[in-house]
Amino acid sequence: MKENDIRFIKLLILVNGAVPLALLVWDQSHNKLGANPQNFLILTTGMMTLIFLTLTMAVTPMRKITGLNWLIQFRRMLGLYAFFYGCLHFLCFFSLDRAFSVASTLTEMLKRKYLILGSTALIAMIPLAVTSTNGMIKRLGGKRWRALHRLAYVAAIAGVIHFYMQVKADVRLPLVFAAVLAILLGYRLVNYWRQRKPVPAAALKPKSEA
Amino acid sequence: MKDPNKISEREVTPAAVYFNRRTFLRAGILAASAVATGVAYRQLNPVGSGKVNTPAIQGLVTPTAAEEAAGFRVNEPETSLQDITHYNNFYEFSTDKEGVAPAAAGFDTKGWQVSVEGLVNKPRVFDLDDLLKISPPEERIYRMRCVEAWSMVIPWAGFSLSKVLNLVEPLSSAKYVAFQTLLDPKRMPGQRSDVLDWPYVEGLRMDEAMHPLAILASGIYGRALPPQDGAPIRLVVPWKYGFKGIKSIVKINLVADPPHTTWSAYAPNEYGFYANVNPHVDHPRWSQATEQRIGEFGRRPTLMFNGYEAEVGHLYAGMDLRKNF
Repeated sequence: MKENDIRFIKLLILVNGAVPLALLVWDQSHNKLGANPQNFLILTTGMMTLIFLTLTMAVTPMRKITGLNWLIQFRRMLGLYAFFYGCLHFLCFFSLDRAFSVASTLTEMLKRKYLILGSTALIAMIPLAVTSTNGMIKRLGGKRWRALHRLAYVAAIAGVIHFYMQVKADVRLPLVFAAVLAILLGYRLVNYWRQRKPVPAAALKPKSEA
Repeated sequence: MKDPNKISEREVTPAAVYFNRRTFLRAGILAASAVATGVAYRQLNPVGSGKVNTPAIQGLVTPTAAEEAAGFRVNEPETSLQDITHYNNFYEFSTDKEGVAPAAAGFDTKGWQVSVEGLVNKPRVFDLDDLLKISPPEERIYRMRCVEAWSMVIPWAGFSLSKVLNLVEPLSSAKYVAFQTLLDPKRMPGQRSDVLDWPYVEGLRMDEAMHPLAILASGIYGRALPPQDGAPIRLVVPWKYGFKGIKSIVKINLVADPPHTTWSAYAPNEYGFYANVNPHVDHPRWSQATEQRIGEFGRRPTLMFNGYEAEVGHLYAGMDLRKNF
């Protein structure tokens, strides 16, 4: 992959990630968010957070399975989009559901299990967003940075349970997210377990670059 | 010797043209992908809208001033017909509130009958027309508070349930009234999934059922109920959460013991038998102190018994409403 092409794909992700936001803003200003726009905004921004979290988590398995190492270059932007929509999700809850009341936002967040999980997911993403720059990766060192960024697993798991818990009865969609997440995490687990086993010398031969 | 692979200077696409073409192509890809994402977003987030063209209800009666004062007509702006008919909880058709109207379109209610039976002197299977002739339809403007913390103001057409119950002469042993929705997965596609235990059932205590505010409704905004709102006949109990208002009723059964009700059987710690609107008793997962009135921007405080405390408070005198939620 040429640097130029990478930049173009990054632009593609940047633009496409903003499409849902643009449509939300457009629909809101044209009164087209349905009967309960407040709820629609909260739900949709939450859904976008989960979609981007899932996409972010899919990068490494995809890269390893396909051997397309350049895929890694898009992970940061996907992760930052997850954080961005997560922040919007929280702001929608704070403004529309809690009417800008800090006190009632805090009491609700501490009282409701699904909100504790949602807050956990969002808070877990903060250090990830903060340390997403190249400078921060250098400063922390790859090993420590990678360890810190395992928080993404916490965010994804807490986020999906948060979604599951607030559904009234039809849990099919949360279960789809849970299943995809289970596959992505399962892949890592299997990989980790395989790497811990002594590897035959032949398998240690470096693979040719794709 | 001339190198056959050598490309002459003239054959090379000029840099400007090359980059132009590339830029053009990329702009095309960018635009196409954004459109595709937009279309996917639209597909996944359909917003309900559509027309309601059910027949007008003849001879709609406006309640008297005294009745109005007794809670028959609330003096708050009515929710639009569009919102009332495109934001529905009716899992028999879809669990997506905006998806109920399209899923319920064309629901056939021809030959509808309602059986009123159980501990009564004169059990009877009513043809819908006969049931609706029991009393002229009255316009009742009620608040509707969903357990999900949103609310509407709905102009129903209907009459007190007590008029039907009196007609079949309840026995003194009848302490509760049990209601049942149609069970027909062919006509109600949501019943093909086991998201709830079908058929939907609800119940009231006898004194609740006899209260004049509890009505059987057959219309909204002066028109027959569209399928998504519970055609052809449904229960409306304005001081209780919306899920008590069972839709598309086929059976009313007078019984001695508290009947099984769908949501409280599904999650007994979250939905009680009484389900009276109560801002002081939270749903375990969310606060019931405020509500989103559909069509308004900010949130409203939720009122005790949904604002019908003066009318129905006495039914629950001395009861622990935290326990009997």
